[in-house]
Amino acid sequence: MRIKAQVAMVMHLDKCIGCHTCSVTCKNTWTNRPGTEYMWFNNVETRPGPGYPKRWEDTDRYKGGWELKNGKLTLRAGGPITKLANIFYNPNMAEMEDFYEPWTYDYDNLIHSPKKENLPVARPVSQITGKFIDKPEWGSNWDDDLAGGSEIVPLDPNVQKMQEHIKMEYEKTFMMYLPRICEHCLNPSCVASCPTGALYKRDEDGIVLVDHDACRGWRFCQNGCPYHKVYYNWHTHKAEKCNFCYPRTEAGLPTICSETCVGRIRYIGVVLYDADKVKEAASVKDPQDLYEAQLGCFLDPFDPEVQEKAKEAGITDAWLEAAKDSPVYKMAIKWKIALPLHPEYRTMPMVWYVPPLSPIMNHITNEDELNTDGYIPAVDQMRIPIEYLASILAADDKEVVRKVLLKLSAMRVYMRGKTVGGVDEFRQSELVKEANTSPEEIEEMARLLGIAKYDERYVIPTGRREMDDDLHYKQGTCSLEDLAPAEGENLTIGLMKVRDKL
Amino acid sequence: MAKNGNKLVERFKYLKRGKVINDGWTEESPRSRDSEDIYRRRWQHDKIVRSTHGVNCTGSCSWKIYVKDGIITSETQQTDYPSTGDDFPEYEPRGCPRGASFSWYTYSPARVKYPYVRGDLYELWKEERKNGGNPVKAWENIQSDPEKRSRFVKARGKGGFVRAEWKDVCELIASATIYTIKKYGPDRVAGFSPIPAMSMVSYAGGARFLSLIGATILSFYDWYADLPPASPQVWGEQTDVPESADWFNTKYFIIWGTNLPQTRTPDAHFMVEARYNGTKVVGVSPDYAEYEKFADLWLPARAGTDGALAMAMTHVILKEFYVKQQTPYFVDYVKKFTDLPFLVILREHGEEYRTDRFFRASDLNDSHKLDEWKTAVWDESTSQIEVPNGTQGHRWDGGSNWNLDLTKEDGSVIDPKLSFIDDSDEVTQVTFPYFAEEDGGTLTRGVPVKHITDSIGNKLIVTTVYDLMMAHVGVDRGLLGDYPKDYNDDKPYTPAWQESITGVNKNHVIQIAKEFADNAARTKGKSMIALGGGTNHWYHSDQIYRAILNLILLTGSQGVNGGGWAHYVGQEKVRPTEGWNVVSFASDWGNAARLQNGTSFFYFATEQFRYESEINKENTTWSSKYNNMHPADVNALSARLGWLPSFPQFSQNSIDIVKESRESGAKTDKEVIDDVVRKIKAGEIEWAIENPNDPRNFPRVFFNWRSNLLGDSGKGHEYFAKHLIGGDHQVMTDAKNSWQPETVNVSEEPPEGKTDLFVSIDFRMTSSGLFSDIVLPAATWYEKFDISSTDMHPFIHPFNAAISPPWQAKSDWDSFREIAKVFSELAEEHLPATEELLMRPLGKDSQDEIAQAFGKIKDWRTGEVEAIPGKTMPNLQVIPRDFPKVYEKMITVGPEMKKGYGGKGVKIPGEKVFEELKSRLGVSKKEGIGKGNPDLYTDKKAIDAILLMSGASNGKRAVEGWKSLEAKTGQKLTEIAEERAEEDFTLRELTIQPRTSISTPVWSGMEKDGRRYSPFTVNTEYNIPWRTLTGRQSFYLDHEMILDFGEGLPLYLPPLNKGPFLKRDKGVEDNGKSITVRYLTPHQKWGIHTMFTEAMPMTQLFRGWQVVWMNEEDGASIGIKDNDFIEVYNRNGVIAARAVLTYRIPKGMVYMYHAQDRTMGVPGTAINKKRGGTHNSVTRITLKPTHMIGGYSQLSYGFNYYGPTGHQRDTMAIVRPLKEVDWLEN
Repeated sequence: MRIKAQVAMVMHLDKCIGCHTCSVTCKNTWTNRPGTEYMWFNNVETRPGPGYPKRWEDTDRYKGGWELKNGKLTLRAGGPITKLANIFYNPNMAEMEDFYEPWTYDYDNLIHSPKKENLPVARPVSQITGKFIDKPEWGSNWDDDLAGGSEIVPLDPNVQKMQEHIKMEYEKTFMMYLPRICEHCLNPSCVASCPTGALYKRDEDGIVLVDHDACRGWRFCQNGCPYHKVYYNWHTHKAEKCNFCYPRTEAGLPTICSETCVGRIRYIGVVLYDADKVKEAASVKDPQDLYEAQLGCFLDPFDPEVQEKAKEAGITDAWLEAAKDSPVYKMAIKWKIALPLHPEYRTMPMVWYVPPLSPIMNHITNEDELNTDGYIPAVDQMRIPIEYLASILAADDKEVVRKVLLKLSAMRVYMRGKTVGGVDEFRQSELVKEANTSPEEIEEMARLLGIAKYDERYVIPTGRREMDDDLHYKQGTCSLEDLAPAEGENLTIGLMKVRDKL
Repeated sequence: MAKNGNKLVERFKYLKRGKVINDGWTEESPRSRDSEDIYRRRWQHDKIVRSTHGVNCTGSCSWKIYVKDGIITSETQQTDYPSTGDDFPEYEPRGCPRGASFSWYTYSPARVKYPYVRGDLYELWKEERKNGGNPVKAWENIQSDPEKRSRFVKARGKGGFVRAEWKDVCELIASATIYTIKKYGPDRVAGFSPIPAMSMVSYAGGARFLSLIGATILSFYDWYADLPPASPQVWGEQTDVPESADWFNTKYFIIWGTNLPQTRTPDAHFMVEARYNGTKVVGVSPDYAEYEKFADLWLPARAGTDGALAMAMTHVILKEFYVKQQTPYFVDYVKKFTDLPFLVILREHGEEYRTDRFFRASDLNDSHKLDEWKTAVWDESTSQIEVPNGTQGHRWDGGSNWNLDLTKEDGSVIDPKLSFIDDSDEVTQVTFPYFAEEDGGTLTRGVPVKHITDSIGNKLIVTTVYDLMMAHVGVDRGLLGDYPKDYNDDKPYTPAWQESITGVNKNHVIQIAKEFADNAARTKGKSMIALGGGTNHWYHSDQIYRAILNLILLTGSQGVNGGGWAHYVGQEKVRPTEGWNVVSFASDWGNAARLQNGTSFFYFATEQFRYESEINKENTTWSSKYNNMHPADVNALSARLGWLPSFPQFSQNSIDIVKESRESGAKTDKEVIDDVVRKIKAGEIEWAIENPNDPRNFPRVFFNWRSNLLGDSGKGHEYFAKHLIGGDHQVMTDAKNSWQPETVNVSEEPPEGKTDLFVSIDFRMTSSGLFSDIVLPAATWYEKFDISSTDMHPFIHPFNAAISPPWQAKSDWDSFREIAKVFSELAEEHLPATEELLMRPLGKDSQDEIAQAFGKIKDWRTGEVEAIPGKTMPNLQVIPRDFPKVYEKMITVGPEMKKGYGGKGVKIPGEKVFEELKSRLGVSKKEGIGKGNPDLYTDKKAIDAILLMSGASNGKRAVEGWKSLEAKTGQKLTEIAEERAEEDFTLRELTIQPRTSISTPVWSGMEKDGRRYSPFTVNTEYNIPWRTLTGRQSFYLDHEMILDFGEGLPLYLPPLNKGPFLKRDKGVEDNGKSITVRYLTPHQKWGIHTMFTEAMPMTQLFRGWQVVWMNEEDGASIGIKDNDFIEVYNRNGVIAARAVLTYRIPKGMVYMYHAQDRTMGVPGTAINKKRGGTHNSVTRITLKPTHMIGGYSQLSYGFNYYGPTGHQRDTMAIVRPLKEVDWLEN
């Protein structure tokens, strides 16, 4: 057992209001500069729809993630030899049209237009060519709320898989939102894809980062990540990606996308896992077994043996306590209502999703059927096909998704019975049983999902600075280090350097 | 020596193998992680400043503004709101993607950094000023030379701005204002700024200046059609709604035409989270809107048919919960808190019986004061008529019985009888109006009645509102008449009947209605309906709302936490309203402001009344007189009867009017007014509203601040452009083709370019700026001090300057102060102190609201009554204007406030407050009349003044307010605020942490004991009457004009089908590929009105601007694909946009989401070869005459309280492809 701790996230899709605040606050903080126009460390996709970049789930096209070849876990895009062959032209890479041509407007014309015949206007301008365009043709969220309808929705690879089941008709409309950041995987294929080893997973908290000093801009990480969450900065010629706001998490603060999430859908907490189990778990044969296999890597923070081993591995009491209070542990592991995004990519993603409920189809008008649970509709009548959710969150295993939806429904029925009454008690207890839950668990869930206080949503211990440096020295010098020459450097050259920097 | 390592050495470290683990799969590497510092440094910042956004979004969210290296870099939401309680979701975080993108504006290329003047005007001005002459004369020279005036008026909207200095621009503005006052009168200067709650002090800056000079200040809430007229009609309250956290308390939530996730983004989570607590959610919307995602059931009612759905649900609830079985909670509630038991007289109307006015105490005997304003019930226990406390008559009779206590003086208790069904004297067949698409007509249904003989021996037939409701809604109680036999009978108003209108399955209607009421019965009223723009922005919004409110009132859900209506359209709630009123309208200097209803003003100012069409008339045989009148004629009637305000007042200058009366011998003010009334009657003084085309009555100088009037709320945009501005336009019809008024005099051709000077103050260049003569650079919300409040949450939030205003930007408070200073300096010579005649309508919450008894319309002009100011016509008053002192008054608090102030009939004593203000603000040292008064020089002082003077922010004021209400009601009330009497908010304190506002009698809910705010809980828990005729919540309205329109009771009226063109219009040649659709403008996702739409993050998050959503099959039928350019047009104008095709929206309608503005990416139209219009280019307003009623109880005028709304939903337009993209670069 080799215990490591990871700061992980759950997004409760049922709560997501699709507002994109997370995308904006993230962008303002991290990618609001030349070279990053098209980078959305955080984006929100309307589903069904092709997502961003376009059809990122099309693994045949982009060849991201892992596959089992002759029982061995290998990168879908191929090993070092294939890489070397494609190093100057990578056919799997997403192109600008898969992202979009960022545009701006000639705003200045509104104020400074000379007198003309017509009302001044700010024309759209390509941020790539600097030339006027008539109109943008695609964007990071071009199909928001099913914009584009049946011209665009069928591009969704999950829809293509189940074409005949989804009707793109007014009466049968359904939609959901899928906010996405880097998955900070246990088995990250971006890290494995990098020819220069510039990506790494931090030992202390599992955050996956690009070393900007080491990155050489080969860009294999970009499509090596099956979630397409690594971007190439054309200005700096380096890769950039979601950094889980480590400057904030190190200080015990939630990520920007989480704290600013006004739907309050995001939860952050510590999860303990056994690093020695990762390879084996990612290598199980049946993709539908990957979910359970990943759960099998996680460790119970209440288990005394785990606690002891954790301490041996240098995990402090504060982190252990945080692991016990972790909302991620509760939702993903204990209650099993949060699921990994596309487990079949074998990357063991660490951003988990609670699948959404949806309104029932309107053709059901039988009064008895509707009233059984005290006004709360049954899961099998809901608009979002379970099959669709299973394609995204369960390697097509519908039963996994159905179980979660049942639990959420049972929670609503139980809580209605508790607060209002009028619910058939026998049927309620049947439902609670069928959902494999209990009143105690339901009340705990209802609190975390519904009341969701700030310090219950985010349980983040601060970074362990005491392990690395001479903190007494750092207290006075931090961020002033560059004023003095580096240790061991030629003094003369060093002094010149000092002057340069001043 | 630094301990950081050598970079070069570090770089080679990765070559070194680390420790391999996990079966050789993973390597633990000792590499350097120095590059992590890059992102760490980005996160470090200099400071965090608390501010908010002032944008009429209702959010009023508290934000952290990050300043790094002296630059505003970004913003994230504050999370430090006071707690809602241990087992309750908190308010944190509040904010949305729009707000999160605001910092973009600070340094953006769209920023207005300096004062700009239209080049042609500035050249003329400099020419006139070159010889150093008198600036007022300079303006006169430009205005009186048609060639000169035309030169710059025609240049509006065509670019060519030049940079100018503040000093020079202020002089130009002040000169134009002085010239206008001298020549035409102060009411020809007009100002438009909306929604004070979003930045109260910035509003107050302009309003205070305009009030002091006697200018016309325009309302916005009614003009925006955000005002729900049903609210004053039903409750006598402008709008009062639950804070969003109260949604968590509801157990059954119908979301009906308000897109909570999209437009109440920071609040939506309370609804989402309530579901985990067992709340059922039902969504009603024509499209699969974002909120349907959270619904358990979607009722896809066709656009504009919500009233039919609600009437059918009313039918089910009455049948199931009042007739099939009686629900005790409901019955008790409606007896005590609604007008259902009140008696209504039935009158013969030709061959039939119709409902008439409420029965009054004066019908029995006229022995008490104001008996004609006291309505009556039938007492079950004594079997006779009784007059319960709390009616409008009790409010003003000087006694202390204005309460809902049913105990009589002798101690016995009145038990109001709901129905005469069991002991009627007779069943009378009563005729009710019926409106439908094709076959409007009447319904005749039996009603149980009592026979009564009145005080002068007349035989009266009376019944209860309850019995009328039952008959009207068609609930079969075994009475004769045209009743439907069951739910499947498609007679009005059954579930089967509504199905063909709304498209909603009748079984769903039955199910939801039953569940809604059953839930309310179980929870004692925790059933809630959220409603908004989707249901409110219609011509008949009042009837749609009244039908929906039936469900709320009949289930006892109003005035209960977790229940009732939840209307959210517009940020109308100024929590510290008492102090804000004083500061804004300068009543501290004894000033009375000219508060004009915006809709009427713009209807005339933009000549939209010249383009009226008769198709707007109802399809019914019911109405006689008033429903057949042109709305402009009704508006003129309304003005002369004192119902609505009407500025400009008279064709003559209001200064000259007084001067002439004085010259002809009038000594006292009363003599002046008598003289004026005589002249009005004789027609010597002319009503401006009856002569809107007379150049004397044009709005000459127009101030537009905190607003994008032309690019956003200007419904009938092309008419604004053509007639008010005089710029290019795309009006596609002719006044000659339209219906013209009879009593309003018009010129042959409607005038164009009516305004002399259009000034905008903004930090960005919008459509309004593009058409303005002057654009002044405003400070942004991160660069000034102000306060904001909303009805969505109970806090008052400050704006703070994260940086000082950059370039030449100024806060609005400072801008108007500078203008006022120059104005006063010039006034010394050009506009000395004088007096003028002020006309004001009969106002709500004053004795004016009992001016016109029985709601009968009597016109003094036709001799039906005497012309008596303040009774049968508007109030008239002589008011002094000391123009050279305007500046001194502007910057100090005036002594008149010592006499007391308040609002809504609540009065706060002023002496003590004036003293407290001196110590809080310091005293003015400036020589002049303000010396020694509390200092109001800066925006920060204005904030603290407002907070100190208002109950919501000062505990003492709250207690004083409740005390004043105790006298009238005879109820004990001060306990509501006493526990917080010591609290005293200041700007500094609100900046440290948000504070929950204090319960004050100017609002109807309570924040007491940490409970969530829910409106009318004070009424239900403390026996305070509603401010209506009966003192109860109203199902029935008995004003003559309402009855003439057939709207005495709530009912369904279909949307107006304003065809795209009239028969007489030329139209556009059909190119074979077009489709006619209903055109709707719900609020958008990527901006708040036009704000944020141009911000880069917002443009990249969707498709850039501007776009129109439509059904993909409709798109295919005219040969367009997603993202193709289209034209949308009708007789009002032409839009160029791109299409967004989807199956989420039903066929036959398009959504052009509200206010994307035409400034970005809009090419020329093929039809006119001119720049495509805004979303309002195809809309035009039509005034609903019933909204013009006044002088009658809750139907009395209040600024932004009652009046016709500028609705825009009832629009049809044509869509066709736009093949050629022409950017009109010439």
